[in-house]
Amino acid sequence: MKIGAPRELHPGEKRVALTPDSARQLQKLGYECLVESGAGEAAMFSDEAYREAGVKVVPDAAALWAEADIVVKVREPKIEEIDAAPEGKTVISFLWPAQNEDLLRRMNEKRMTALAMDMVPRISRAQKMDALSSMANIAGYRAVIEAGANFGRFFTGQVTAAGKVPPAKVLVIGAGVAGLAAIGTAVSLGAIVRAFDVRPEVAEQIESMGAEFLMLDFSDDLSGEGGYAKPASPEFIEKEMELFRQQAPEVDIVITTALIPGRPAPKLWPEEMVKLMKPGSVIIDLAAERGGNCDLTVPDQKIVTDNHVAIIGYTDFPSRMATQASTLYATNIRHMLTDLTPGKDGVCVVNMEDDVIRSCTVCKDGEITFPPPPLKVQAIAKPKPKPKEPTPEEKAAREAEELRRSLNHTAWMLGVGGALCLLVGLVAPASFMQHFIVFVLSVFVGYHVIWGVAHALHTPLMAITNAISSIIIVGALLQVGSSSTTVVILAALAILMASVNIFGGFLVTRRMLAMFQRS
Amino acid sequence: MSIGFVTAAYVVAAILFILALGGLSNMEKAKRAIWYGIVGMALAVGATVVTPGVGNHAAIALMIALGGIGGWVVATRVQMTQMPELVAGFHSLVGLAAVFIGINADLEMKAALAAKEAGTVEQLAGFAATIAKKSSVELSMLKVELFLGILIGAITFTGSVVAYGKLAGKISSAALTLPFRHQLNLAGFVLCFLLGWMYLDGAGLWTMIVVAILAGAIGWHLIMAIGGADMPVVVSMLNSYSGWAAAAIGFTLGNDLLIVVGALVGSSGAILSYIMCRGMNRSFVSVILGGWGGTGAPAAEVSGEMIAIDADGVASALEEADSIIIVPGYGMAVAQAQQSVSELTRRLRAQGKQVRFAIHPVAGRLPGHMNVLLAEAKVPYDIVLEMDEINDDFPNTDVVIVIGANDIVNPAAQEDPNSPIAGMPVLEVWKAKQVIVLKRGQGTGYSGIENPLFFKENTRMFYGDAKASIDALLSKLS
Repeated sequence: MKIGAPRELHPGEKRVALTPDSARQLQKLGYECLVESGAGEAAMFSDEAYREAGVKVVPDAAALWAEADIVVKVREPKIEEIDAAPEGKTVISFLWPAQNEDLLRRMNEKRMTALAMDMVPRISRAQKMDALSSMANIAGYRAVIEAGANFGRFFTGQVTAAGKVPPAKVLVIGAGVAGLAAIGTAVSLGAIVRAFDVRPEVAEQIESMGAEFLMLDFSDDLSGEGGYAKPASPEFIEKEMELFRQQAPEVDIVITTALIPGRPAPKLWPEEMVKLMKPGSVIIDLAAERGGNCDLTVPDQKIVTDNHVAIIGYTDFPSRMATQASTLYATNIRHMLTDLTPGKDGVCVVNMEDDVIRSCTVCKDGEITFPPPPLKVQAIAKPKPKPKEPTPEEKAAREAEELRRSLNHTAWMLGVGGALCLLVGLVAPASFMQHFIVFVLSVFVGYHVIWGVAHALHTPLMAITNAISSIIIVGALLQVGSSSTTVVILAALAILMASVNIFGGFLVTRRMLAMFQRS
Repeated sequence: MSIGFVTAAYVVAAILFILALGGLSNMEKAKRAIWYGIVGMALAVGATVVTPGVGNHAAIALMIALGGIGGWVVATRVQMTQMPELVAGFHSLVGLAAVFIGINADLEMKAALAAKEAGTVEQLAGFAATIAKKSSVELSMLKVELFLGILIGAITFTGSVVAYGKLAGKISSAALTLPFRHQLNLAGFVLCFLLGWMYLDGAGLWTMIVVAILAGAIGWHLIMAIGGADMPVVVSMLNSYSGWAAAAIGFTLGNDLLIVVGALVGSSGAILSYIMCRGMNRSFVSVILGGWGGTGAPAAEVSGEMIAIDADGVASALEEADSIIIVPGYGMAVAQAQQSVSELTRRLRAQGKQVRFAIHPVAGRLPGHMNVLLAEAKVPYDIVLEMDEINDDFPNTDVVIVIGANDIVNPAAQEDPNSPIAGMPVLEVWKAKQVIVLKRGQGTGYSGIENPLFFKENTRMFYGDAKASIDALLSKLS
């Protein structure tokens, strides 16, 4: 089968879904690769480079759509593109099926098989094809770089002969992949980074990247499906705003990355926050494409407010690093095709039994298969609620209770044991009682000695008690001198068995103990 | 030699035995402790042989020599991994010896009584002579002791044989659950006690032989009903039984040394079993009666996928890790992988990584089984830690390698209240950043319980024989 990558039609889109490197790998899977002339130009992949990699360069989109069986793209195809395309093609690209119902219907009418890269579930196995994450990673990095370019100071604090420079303070809202990438980049540039997320379980990840997690004293857990957050309650938002109000005058750079699946971006940074910020501050709104986290964000533009705060609403951060983004995206696509090509024979099989492929496939065989059924595997295990720490009084009360119970227990045991002993004493002859004393005392000695044995030595203990239990040989020795032949034979056998045990048991114990050593 | 001298020797031997057990409280003392045991045993046997009335020295010497050679050969040949079955096998010998001695005691008693009637008491030798001096109450007491000795001895014998078979893999390790098994056991015991009553009442030796056979059947059935995962408790419990049998025989023969040592062994085995049951959070009764305790609701379904990893993947995970915890289980023992594990540990430590071992109290088939194997492979024991010492460190650990362990790392014990092992303390390996599980195949563990650990996001399955897997891994590590 043939895989083709057309030129992206979206204005300003510089990425491409196929690179010479990924084409080489796809050819190993048995595919032939095509590319529209000039498709990789903006990402610094020349037609020449493609040809060297064995990719056929076709002159225009019509030729590509006609020849390729599988069309790989970055942005979702335009309706016109689909209209012009022949029937029955397979399309792999970002599709946003929830937002693009018309497109989906049109593709289905054309009996296309469509796989949405944005529907790759967030489970470990699918990470290699998770293009959202790889693009978010770039966006997070680029957000910090853009912020730096628009910010008039150093990120890192410096004490120089020409004066002291305070470090920049960066606030990252939303600690998804993009947020974490932004934190990492800002920290490595030397800024003081704080981060906020409604999901408390990401605190650890935030701290692991070197930022401070801003705690919100609120018990709602807003972790939603698939590692995203759920919408918050009004009380929660009120608390959140209070926290931001404290932060706004302090921070120099705000990077917002908050998204809730299938909804417009939540408004987290209203105009009043912008007013509170210092002149020269920068806001990078990574949610601009979905309406923005900041009220004043204008998608695709940089604006400067009256109090000199720059608000950047670019929606093409990955595209601004087109070479890097294309390389990663093409790799994601290649991994997806690897999973789609179980036979490595250049034949694409859309296996609807496979969890990952099922989730991505939005239409197939004239049927719209979106939305997919829920996954069998949870993206992130739910954290267990922590057991409540007992108060000191409760602890003391419980200890007292335990002590009382154990004393009661001991008293009972002693009572019953004593009564039993007395009972035995009533009927048993004196000679028996002498032995009985010895017996009871030995049980006690054994009991106390064993508690002191180190755990690691339990096996040697077992071996040595086994060896010692062959003391039963004494009984056999006492009988072997009998006048009855049967008794002699049985006693001799008992001696034989016991002595196997004596020698074997002690020897094995020695072997074991000899091995314990300290480095 | 006079009776006084023999008694003195017995006292010294008893003290030496107590010191031998107590000496195991730490590793350094332990090496000396064994010598206390050996000297104590030599003293006890020596003193008994020279006791007035003990004859037939040639037979004694021959039997001890034969048995000694046999024991020596077995003990030197056995692999360290076969320790559990060896110990279980040895217990069976003590049990059988107790049965023989019990039957002998009855025969001697008959002889003594006959001689008494015939007035030829003076001609009796050894044990029979002692019996002849006993009053009738003492004689019935003796019969009770004898009965107990045979009963416990026979249970120990067959039980140990079954335990040996299960541990050596010669008998299926799954729990055998006959219908009405508790009733069967109960009926067996009731019958035994009835026969014991008849014996007291004057019925002949045949009652005791039937008791021995019945008790043997009970022992067989009891241990057959216990699953492989509970074998550590069973071996320790049988150890205890062999002690009680010796004590009962001690009463029969009126020998204080037997009583002292039997009681020591009996109580130490019982406590060890108790410690182990506590380690599994299970009641002793439910372990010895076999099978998992009744569960109410069905256990939670485990869904998801197991993700495999190969030696390269493990190697790179280890290269990147700073802190590593290795959790060995029975699988390591089966595969004899301890030397390879030791080599792995040595190399990782040479690279400056922190490597530690986490040992669950019931890992393996004997308590302390893992410690023994690791010690054999010369893993320094100060990096081998107990569950309680290390459980809090898992969240700060980069990689946990689970080698052939299953139930002891099963998160269901904490997460699923309906799991058969709910509440059992487990090693919380899943809290580490990454868990690599070395496992032979996709099957469930000894207890047959699904393990949600294998389906966790941070778990990777490294399939194959543990030794082969680690050797493959070693070739990838510099």
